[in-house]
Amino acid sequence: MSPALITQVGALAQRSVLKTLRQPFQMFPIVFFPAILLIINASGLHAATLLPGFPTHSYVSFAIAVAFIQGAMFSLINTGTNLAEDIETGFFNRLALTPLRRVALIGGLLVGVAALGALQSVVYILLGIVVGAHLDAGFAGALVVIVLGSLTALAFSTFGCVAALRTGSSEAVQGLFPLFFVFIFLSSSNLPRSLLKTPWFHTVATWNPISYLIEGFRSLYIFGWDETALLRGFGVAIGLLLLGLLAVQGAMKTRLQRT
Amino acid sequence: MSENLNNGIEVEGLVRDFKGGVRAVDGIDLRVAPGEIYGFLGPNGAGKSTTSLVLTTLLPPTAGSARVAGLDVVRNGPEVRRVIGASLQDSALDPFLTGSEHMRLQSSLHGLARPQREARGRELLAQVGLTEAADRKVGGYSGGMKRRLDLALALVHRPRLLFLDEPTTGLDPQSRAALWDEVRRLAGDGVTVFLTTQYLEEADALADRVGIIDHGRIVAEGTPAELKAAIGRPSVEAVPHDPGERERLAAVLARFGEAAAAASNGVAVQLPRGAGDLAEIVRAIDAENLQVADLRLHSPTLDDVFLAKTGRSLEGAGGPGPPGPAGGEDDDKDKRPTGQPISA
Repeated sequence: MSPALITQVGALAQRSVLKTLRQPFQMFPIVFFPAILLIINASGLHAATLLPGFPTHSYVSFAIAVAFIQGAMFSLINTGTNLAEDIETGFFNRLALTPLRRVALIGGLLVGVAALGALQSVVYILLGIVVGAHLDAGFAGALVVIVLGSLTALAFSTFGCVAALRTGSSEAVQGLFPLFFVFIFLSSSNLPRSLLKTPWFHTVATWNPISYLIEGFRSLYIFGWDETALLRGFGVAIGLLLLGLLAVQGAMKTRLQRT
Repeated sequence: MSENLNNGIEVEGLVRDFKGGVRAVDGIDLRVAPGEIYGFLGPNGAGKSTTSLVLTTLLPPTAGSARVAGLDVVRNGPEVRRVIGASLQDSALDPFLTGSEHMRLQSSLHGLARPQREARGRELLAQVGLTEAADRKVGGYSGGMKRRLDLALALVHRPRLLFLDEPTTGLDPQSRAALWDEVRRLAGDGVTVFLTTQYLEEADALADRVGIIDHGRIVAEGTPAELKAAIGRPSVEAVPHDPGERERLAAVLARFGEAAAAASNGVAVQLPRGAGDLAEIVRAIDAENLQVADLRLHSPTLDDVFLAKTGRSLEGAGGPGPPGPAGGEDDDKDKRPTGQPISA
């Protein structure tokens, strides 16, 4: 990576972080929406821990994993919305008129997303501590949670970028939120897959990659170090990231036609 | 001077098609000399902005060629971007960043060394009068401040050519005048300026030469004076104080030229010898004891040029009007042909 490229990526990452931190309406749901859902689910679904085969007595420890996925979903929407607004306002063209390399344009944005993803993971870890979630993997596990949280936010955000580049409309990107959110509910977010007895739901949750991301986070909270769950979690995150980057590359070629 | 040091623009047979068979630019040829302010004038949808996008390398042409600063816009895109600055339609700014942060970002992307970034940013913000607002978020800037910041950003890397697309749209007369002064100063420093506008007065006041584009084709090109001279002489229009004196007034004016179109209660003639006859006309009216309610000299405008070349008036012709306390605020006045009231 050349020094010029590092400077460009750094400058755009800094701008991406500043832009998000200075928009309270973007930060508010990232923190409060998962927190509220966690508290509601933990109080309403606590009885689920009494089911035979439920892996823990603490529903909060079980459900905290979903907060990281919800946070990543918000990253997707915020990143896509910010990029689409850049396209709408012409800021994208301003960037394209500089000697900025194509890879730096999206790279800078995504490095900022990764940094924010790490930050929001820290927030969710602290939230978990406040509401009584026990992180069985300890301090090292918290670091892994932060890395996986950042990676997941990054992977999801690439799809926000694709939507922005393809549509050039912030409204269209925001319209995708319910669609992506459905994936969370069709996963093992509320119950372990082994306890999903409705056949179609069990099948959907098994094929849904979100289940494996949730189970990656969850394993650190309730099992300590579960290599299989972690490998699957990281595997899905990296797979989604690669798939997203491939799609971003194609969308970028269409959107950025500069010679 | 080597080819790469040429600050001009050369365009030959430039075509740009969009999906659905829409031809936005239809084979235009133009040349802009180094250090020249070239006004690219036309109504909305005429192909002005598409041409700007091609020349700034943001859009490849469908056919034809374009060289900017001696560099081919298709083959040498990155090199072209290093020598041009551009302020494209609307102020493309991030409302959540401050003016200083914009300058830092832009200078980083242009590869300025870290110590130079702050100094260059401060220098340019001072140049466009934004020093005091430098640390305020751009979301709170007025339209004029945004446009000035936009211009400052385009100048960060000391470009040899500057593309300005509708730079004064939405600006108040004072901001417009300030921006025009800045453009003149840059041209005085040797920067070539490609100014896209739909405002006649802007092109007339700023441009050394004007190209008028309509439906993707250049329909007229030359200095504003040449273009106006080519379509006719000035005319004088008088409105009698007493409508019953209209015929007598027409007879007096007929001594000075052929009748021309006038308002329903007025009389107009074209002046074959130019505005020099005006004093004689006033004396002749006075000698006949005629009283006039209004007397106006109409000089041909670029709108008249557009009308002559296309058969219709240019959209937004009234636009901003000339800068200064008297101009630009009265849209209705500006939609009339440029007229200078002489007496009433």
